[in-house]
Amino acid sequence: MKLFAMKKVRKMIAGVAVAGLLLSVSGCGSTASAPASGSGSAQSGTIGTAKIGVVSFLTGGGAAYGKAIKQGLEMAKEEVNTQGKVKIDLLFEDSRGEKNEAINAANKLVNKDNVVAIIGPTLSGEMFAVGPIMNQAGVPIMGTSTTAEGITDIGEYVFRNALPESLAIPAAVKKAKEKYNLKKVALMYSNNNDFTVSGYKTFEKAVKDNGLEIVTTETFADKDVDFSAQLTKIASLKPDAVMVSSLYQEGALILKKAREIGIKVPFVGGNGFNSPQLIKIAGPAAEGAIVASPWFPNKEDAAVKKFVSDYKAKYNEIPDQFAAQAYDALKIMATALEKAGSTTDRKKLRDSLAAIKDFQGVTGKFAFDAKRNPVMSATVLIVKDGQFSELK
Amino acid sequence: MFWQQLVNGLTLGSTYSLVALGYTLIMGVLDIVNMAHGEIFMFGAFTGLILASHFHVNIFVAMLGAALVGSLLGIILERVALRPLRRRAVSHLAPLISTIGVSIFLESVALKVFGPESQAFPQTLAGKIYTIGPMQISLVQVVILAVAFGLMLILRFWLARTKIGKALRATAESTETAGILGVNTNLIIVLTVSLASGLGAIAGVLVGLTFNAVEPTMGMSMGLKGLAVLILGGMGNITGAMFGGLILGVAEVFSVAYGASSYRDAVAFGMIILILFVRPQGLFGAKDQTGGR
Repeated sequence: MKLFAMKKVRKMIAGVAVAGLLLSVSGCGSTASAPASGSGSAQSGTIGTAKIGVVSFLTGGGAAYGKAIKQGLEMAKEEVNTQGKVKIDLLFEDSRGEKNEAINAANKLVNKDNVVAIIGPTLSGEMFAVGPIMNQAGVPIMGTSTTAEGITDIGEYVFRNALPESLAIPAAVKKAKEKYNLKKVALMYSNNNDFTVSGYKTFEKAVKDNGLEIVTTETFADKDVDFSAQLTKIASLKPDAVMVSSLYQEGALILKKAREIGIKVPFVGGNGFNSPQLIKIAGPAAEGAIVASPWFPNKEDAAVKKFVSDYKAKYNEIPDQFAAQAYDALKIMATALEKAGSTTDRKKLRDSLAAIKDFQGVTGKFAFDAKRNPVMSATVLIVKDGQFSELK
Repeated sequence: MFWQQLVNGLTLGSTYSLVALGYTLIMGVLDIVNMAHGEIFMFGAFTGLILASHFHVNIFVAMLGAALVGSLLGIILERVALRPLRRRAVSHLAPLISTIGVSIFLESVALKVFGPESQAFPQTLAGKIYTIGPMQISLVQVVILAVAFGLMLILRFWLARTKIGKALRATAESTETAGILGVNTNLIIVLTVSLASGLGAIAGVLVGLTFNAVEPTMGMSMGLKGLAVLILGGMGNITGAMFGGLILGVAEVFSVAYGASSYRDAVAFGMIILILFVRPQGLFGAKDQTGGR
C-alpha cells in the first residue's frame, strides 16, 4: 500500500516536471541553438572547449554498464584533449536506469549547464523517454548502448552508435544454424526491459526467417536469480539450442543453471551477452555461448590493440562493448565538433554528426545512415576456453 | 518433470521462508515492518561471500560470521532507527519510514564498497549433485532445506520453552505489562531485532549459494517476497512464515512449469489474494490482531 502511494507521488512529480519542461520549450523555441558555453574564446589552434553532458546508469542494478561507459568516455576525452583541435569537458549525471531520473538529468544538463550535446542514456527505455524532449529542444543526443528498434525514429537530433540488434541477432542466429544444424530452439527473454523485449522480437523473427521451430518461449524478469523452473521445462523439451535475450547478469546465471541441470546445447544471446562479465560470472558454464558483436577485444587491429592495452593499464580490466562504443562515440562527437567549427552551436553539430562517414573506430569502420543509425558490421563470437573468439 | 519442479519450488520457497522468519519475529514483537531486513540479508550474503572466497572458511563458519555481522547490524538498526522513535509516542508509520531510510543507506554503502557487479561463491562450495529417481538435488539445496527447517524448529522450541522465549512472547503481548512484571523489555527488543537480523544474514548466505548471485540490490526483491509471505502466513506467526514461503515458492515454480512464465508473479500473488479472501488473517494467523502467538 505505502509503496504504491510513494510511486504515485513520484510519478506525479515527474509528470509536473515534464509538463514544466514542455512549457518552457514551447515558450522559447528559437533559443534552443543559442550560445551554449561561456568558454567560447578560442585558444590558439583550437576551437575552444565543448561541454558535453553524459546521462548514464551509474548506480543501481545496471551500474556495471554505466561504469564501463564512463571509463570509455573518460579515456576518449583524455586522448581528444591531448591531441585534438577541440577540448572536451564531460559532465556526468546519474539516471539510475530510471526514465524519470534520466529526464531530470538531461534537463539539468541542457538548461543549467548548457551542454552542446548529450551522450547517453544507457537503456533504450530511457532513450524513449528522454529522446523526444531533447529532440524538441534541439540538442543532439547520442546513445552508445541503445540497441532497441525505433530509437532514431524519435527525431532528427537522435543518434546512436550502438549496433542495432536488428543487425546483430539475425547474424548470430544464421551462423549458429549453419554451424550446429539447428532444427528446433527454445526462446528465453526478460519481459520487463524494453531492450530485452525488443531483442526477443528480433530473435523470434530471425528464428522464423531461418525456418526453425520454436518449442517454447519462457520469460523472466531483470534481477531474477532463480531460473530453475524455466530451464527444467526447457530441458524436458530437448531443443537444439536456446536463444536468450537478457542482460549479462541474468544471461550468466541462466548459463550456469542450464549446465548444472545438464542442458548442453549452444546458447545464442542478444547484445547483453556481449560482455567479459558474462564469462566472469558464469565461469566454465559460459563455454559455447554465441553472440554477434561489433566489438571484439582480440581483433587483429592496431587501434583495437592499443585501446585494449591502454584501457587495461588504466582500469585493470578488459574493455567490454559498452566501453568501446562509448569511446568511439566521444571520438565521433569530437570529429563532428571539429568539422562544425563551433563548440556551442547545436544545429551545426547535428548536421556535422549526420554527415559522419568513414570514421575508423575501435568498433570498426563507421558511418551514420540516413536515419542516423550506424552502418557497421558484426562479428559472430563464441566463448571458447574462457574467451570470446570468432565463430567460423 | 513434476518431481524436479517440486524440488525447485521447495528450494525457492525455503529461501522465502528464511527471509520471512526475520520479518515475522520483528512484526510479532514490535508490530513493525522492518524494511531494512532485505538489506541486512544482502550484507549477510556479502559477509559470507568474503569469508568464503578470501579466508577460505567452510560454509558453516561463513554462515556463523554472517550471522554475527547481521546481528550487529540489527543492534545498530535498533539503536539508530527504532529506539529513538519508541521513546516518543510517534505515529506507528515512523519506524517504517526510518527503516526504509536505513535500507537505502545500506544499499548505497554496499554499492560503494562491494561494487555493482554480481559475485558468486567459490565453485567448491556448490557441492555435489545427487540424482534420486527422477530428481536432481544439489548439496546446497539439501543444506538450505535442512537449515531452514532446523532454524524454524529451534526457534519454536526456544520461544515456547525457555525463559527468554517466554519473556519475548510476553513483550510481544504487551510491552508495558511485561515491563511492569519485571521483564527488561529494551533488552528483549534488542535481542529480537538482532536475532531476526542474524537469521536474515544466514538466509543471505544460503540464497547467495543457491543462486550464485550476490549483489547490492538483491535485498529489494527478496524483501518484497518476504513481506508477501509475512501476510500470507499470518502476521507474526512463525509456522505461517515457513509454510507461506514454501507455498509461494512452489506456486511460482509450478506456474512456470505448467503455465506461462510471464504469469509467474501474477499467479503467485493472485493465489495470495484468494487465500486472503478466505482467511484474511493469513494461513496460520489467529482471528484477533495479535496473530496467533
